[in-house]
Amino acid sequence: MCGIVGLFLKNSKYESQLGALMADMLSEMSDRGPDSAGFAIYGGTGEGLKMTLRGENLMDVAQELSLHLGETVTCKLHGSHGVLSLPEGTADDVRAWLAENHPDIVVTGAGKRIELYKEVGLPADVATAFGLAEMSGTHGIGHTRMATESRVTTDGAHPFSTGPDQCLVHNGSLSNHASLRRVLKHQGVNIETENDSEVAAGYLTWKMHDGASLAEALKSGLEDLDGFFTFVVGTEDGFAVLRDPISCKPAVMAETDDYVAFASEYRALAGLPGVEDAHVFEPEPSRVYAWSHVN
Amino acid sequence: MNEVDLNETSVRDFNGQLHALDDQSNALAWRALNPAGRHCLAVGLDAPCEVTIAGHAGYYCAGMNSQATVVVEGNAGVGCAENMMSGHVHVKGDVSQSAGATAHGGLLVVDGNASARCGISMKGIDIVVKGSIGPMSAFMAQAGRLVVLGDAGDALGDSIYEAQIFVRGDVKGLGADCVEKVMRDEHALALRELLKAANVDDSISPEEFRRFGSARSLYNFHVDNAGAY
Repeated sequence: MCGIVGLFLKNSKYESQLGALMADMLSEMSDRGPDSAGFAIYGGTGEGLKMTLRGENLMDVAQELSLHLGETVTCKLHGSHGVLSLPEGTADDVRAWLAENHPDIVVTGAGKRIELYKEVGLPADVATAFGLAEMSGTHGIGHTRMATESRVTTDGAHPFSTGPDQCLVHNGSLSNHASLRRVLKHQGVNIETENDSEVAAGYLTWKMHDGASLAEALKSGLEDLDGFFTFVVGTEDGFAVLRDPISCKPAVMAETDDYVAFASEYRALAGLPGVEDAHVFEPEPSRVYAWSHVN
Repeated sequence: MNEVDLNETSVRDFNGQLHALDDQSNALAWRALNPAGRHCLAVGLDAPCEVTIAGHAGYYCAGMNSQATVVVEGNAGVGCAENMMSGHVHVKGDVSQSAGATAHGGLLVVDGNASARCGISMKGIDIVVKGSIGPMSAFMAQAGRLVVLGDAGDALGDSIYEAQIFVRGDVKGLGADCVEKVMRDEHALALRELLKAANVDDSISPEEFRRFGSARSLYNFHVDNAGAY
């Protein structure tokens, strides 16, 4: 069992409350996943590059990076993570530099708008440790984990990000992740953990790298991913939902003029503003649902 | 009318109060406020009470019901009225998966849609869905009736035994050993009674439905055992 949530704001009305709303949704899903929790928040102007790191002495690392790049790099700390503001186009350089000079530092996500946090512990404690309730943004997805396929570690927590501004949360388990991991490796997609869900994220990244849209990538996933899944996938400007053909794992959505919300169970949506008048529905199996700010 | 605010009373206490009822009780009408998708509301009732859930319910609402009438003024989550023995459950919104699963008796009426596996392994319940139902509904359904005013999803009635299915709209696909059958007068008559019991609009007639059931090629049906269903 795991819990997943997603909140996509259609307008700016609740942008300053995005983190607070998501914190409540996440902690409501504690029963489904008390091992660890994580979330991705999409915010900011989209100028430059944001890179979320996990590790020690991140402020010092930012200083060193400033010297390395010859440009000012700032770092904003959130608990055990920090978000670097970097010049555009420096992602590969910075990743290589980190791997060489600070191999213990983990890049959890990078892109124009994504910030990605995850940690072991009760969802409410994780949300508090990162100050989620104070965060703002346009959309976000989150996960509460009850581990099945791999160990309870911070690296095994969701979301998984395998491409710029992309991330995925997964409720379920994949049975062909070992063979798929070999295929992806062959294609040059790096999978860092033993986790089955990261393979799904890598698979979508690979398909999109080959020119597929997010919806097309998810559709082909129905053919290539064997197992149980409800996925919520975040991108720079939107999110998408897909359930396996027998809808093994639960899902419920609520839509109003102001937002589209996803959760494993309705009780995670019950606290959202205006939900009593929302269109509440269950997404159908094998059908891709996608929302975007760019249409 | 007894009102219980679920923001103040725990689900366990609420269900405990309902379990304490019997047919001699004076206060048989109950209303639960602020359900907020909580699980296991009004589960295991065994008294002729009337319980209204004022909003959306979570999993297993009105599960194992006997005698009671439970009305949900919203949607209900997975396993609504699962294993019901008797009584009446009315959901005014949609229901999630496995509504009426394994239920032996009673009537489940859904004003909206039901998602996957509606009536899975049903054993005698009557289910009337005014909207559409999802895939794999009535899987291994043994007895009872599943009536759908809208459409049915894929693999309807897979491995079905002696349950009867009536669908007014389109059927995306039939499961193994499920076939369309002739709608005879006695079926139409019984269906008319059931539609009436479910408060379905008079303008909808039994003749608009198609009947589905078992081809009896997957299990050892013997006519001598027909009375067991």
